[in-house]
Amino acid sequence: MRDNDINGDSPLSEEQALGLVVGGSLSQGVEIRLDPDGSASVEDLKAGSFVTIHGTKNRFFGVVTDLTLENADPRIKHNPPPLNDKFIAEVVSGTVAYGTAEVIPHLTMPLILGDPDVVPVSTKTIPSHFSPAYPASDADVETVFGSEDDQHFWIGNPLDMQSKLCLNLEELVKRSIGVFGKSGTGKTFLTRLLLVGILQGNQASSLIFDMHSEYGWGGQDTDRNTSVKGLKQLFGSRVTTFTLDQAQTRRRGISTDEVVNINYSEIEPEDIELLRETLNLSEVAGSSAYNLQHRFGQKEWLKEFLALRGSDINELAVEIGVNPQALSTLHNRLRRLERYNFLDASPNSRVSEDTTDKIIHHLERGNHVVLEFGDYGNDLTAYILVSNLLSRRIHERYVSQTDSAEGNGGKKPRPLVIVIEEAHKFLHPGVASQTIFGIIARELRKYSVTLMVIDQRPSAIDQEVMSQLGTRLTCLLDNERDVEAVLSGTSGSRQLRGVLSRLEPKQQALMFGHALPMPVVVHTRGYDEKFYSEVTQRQPAKVDDQGRIETAQDRLEREINELF
Amino acid sequence: MEQLAGNDRIGEVIESSTTAFIVQSYRLYNTPPLGSFIQTGSPSIFGVVCKITTEPLDPTRPIIARGEGADSEEQLYKDNPQLSRLLTSRFEALIVGHRSAEQINHHLPALPPRVHSFVTSCSEAEVSDFSNHLDFIHLLLNSGSVVTEETVLACMNQLIHAQPLNPGFRTTVGRALAKELSSDIRQLTSILRSLT
Repeated sequence: MRDNDINGDSPLSEEQALGLVVGGSLSQGVEIRLDPDGSASVEDLKAGSFVTIHGTKNRFFGVVTDLTLENADPRIKHNPPPLNDKFIAEVVSGTVAYGTAEVIPHLTMPLILGDPDVVPVSTKTIPSHFSPAYPASDADVETVFGSEDDQHFWIGNPLDMQSKLCLNLEELVKRSIGVFGKSGTGKTFLTRLLLVGILQGNQASSLIFDMHSEYGWGGQDTDRNTSVKGLKQLFGSRVTTFTLDQAQTRRRGISTDEVVNINYSEIEPEDIELLRETLNLSEVAGSSAYNLQHRFGQKEWLKEFLALRGSDINELAVEIGVNPQALSTLHNRLRRLERYNFLDASPNSRVSEDTTDKIIHHLERGNHVVLEFGDYGNDLTAYILVSNLLSRRIHERYVSQTDSAEGNGGKKPRPLVIVIEEAHKFLHPGVASQTIFGIIARELRKYSVTLMVIDQRPSAIDQEVMSQLGTRLTCLLDNERDVEAVLSGTSGSRQLRGVLSRLEPKQQALMFGHALPMPVVVHTRGYDEKFYSEVTQRQPAKVDDQGRIETAQDRLEREINELF
Repeated sequence: MEQLAGNDRIGEVIESSTTAFIVQSYRLYNTPPLGSFIQTGSPSIFGVVCKITTEPLDPTRPIIARGEGADSEEQLYKDNPQLSRLLTSRFEALIVGHRSAEQINHHLPALPPRVHSFVTSCSEAEVSDFSNHLDFIHLLLNSGSVVTEETVLACMNQLIHAQPLNPGFRTTVGRALAKELSSDIRQLTSILRSLT
């Protein structure tokens, strides 16, 4: 047997080894023969636990994916030692009868930790025979996932460990994010955590289309029947809340910073196209909006059209050459919009600048915007209309800003994460190619706008969009197709499938993608008083004029300069 | 049988090979028990007693029964004082290790003990020192001796008794045996059952 002290320079060498590598392959994972000294039982190890293997030249970081009971003499199955002889059982277990663990090595690290220039890289080899395996230490987890700082947000703990597991915020906001899970598995809490992380990282602004008014001014913890704090309560002036439904806000006794007013002139035929499903419109009816726009002009078409009555519609249909029946249906359905108080028909808007400008203004100042839908949250038409309309206009603005920045060398717009719920309504295969969200998801970071999609039916989201999600966080899912959709295109999805279906229904999520060096099951951080005080004590990361994030070194220098 | 004093000379090597040596006791029946540790030579070579025989010194003179009229066995020996000169006790020891430069090695020495080397029993402290590593079990088990199992059992029991203050030692010994006998669960359990 190989001595455990071969890595005498490592702090881990004093720790009890779990076992030794006795076989395996790169594709299937290595086999660890557990505990040759018999002081620990196979029950001490769990699938999903982190393990470090000290190879001869590298340190490997891996995850336990399977556990097996083995024996050196098959006769032990037929003639097991007598039940009452504890001594024989004690001697035999761990020697003749023993456990093995299957470990998939994910990352390779140097044998000696501590060099900040050497980062873990994905494994392309396996540890040699008889390399000792140890339970991963906090230092290992920190080396792999980073320690909590301005760019690493503590999202939770690995299973059965106290180590802090951190998301790389810079990588997180670079690409679109997907948060999935069955109803009631903690999607909303996970999203709140992510948003707090993005707020703290201060690398991007976020625009949250808050369907059920859960993120801005706090929401309900339905399990514990208590209310939880929202972003506004935690971060005050750094979060701006908009509301569509002032009446509901007043009833809740809270004040919002801005009220959303959308003029009819801002609604475009593309918006109507997206509402076809919720308004139950035929393709012909939907596309006749373009004819109307052509007839009445860019700004006035909807207002003029809704002002028409009875026979005027038929005459108009003949005039612009569309099916009268279809136009009449369109008229009927669009009249529903008149019930929306946030839509403003007056030619001169009561507010000097429109909502889009206000939102962009706040976002550019580095604020985060929560748009609460109030009672309209239950009206999918309103949600789709408003989020699509605003996102399109904001995106247009970002595109032109980016293009001019590239042309003139000016400042690129501040990165933006748009958060949408019930994402499959915007991104199902039928409409994903047309909606602004489909476009944002596909064009990635080019124009500094990314998406955070929250959904319970990932299988209903267009595959092309799913494939562009950089980081996926998923709570428990049990529908086969949903699991398939979430894991599509991920390496090791066979092992992950098992892990995903064994998640606890609460406070556990499988996370993988760009913000993490390897897939990991996380016991997510509690969203409670302790969390509030921890996040409010932390100062957000400073961003300089060039949009660079202040590093720990920069901060130290700045603080020294401020002192003297 | 007379109690053997620790480190008292008990006999001499009369036949020696790489793996084992045969010792003739100075006194009849004065042999260490099966499985016990002995040492010979300088630096010491350690052995475990695996076979004990008492036979006539001259193989051409067979022993005849003499006690038909004797009251007791002791009386028989008293009446025939020549017996202790005509008979001899010998024992065979398997080599399990040797000492070199203050260190105990649990493998065979380069050269076997010389004939006429004096043999002494190991004290409990020496046994305890020697059993810090149990790798020699491998040598015992693969000796090819006819009574391997019993020798191992007796030896292990002696080891355990030499460490009365270490209650976990029995399990350590059991595990060392289990590693060697992992492919033969029958033999293993039979030894384990008799470990005291």
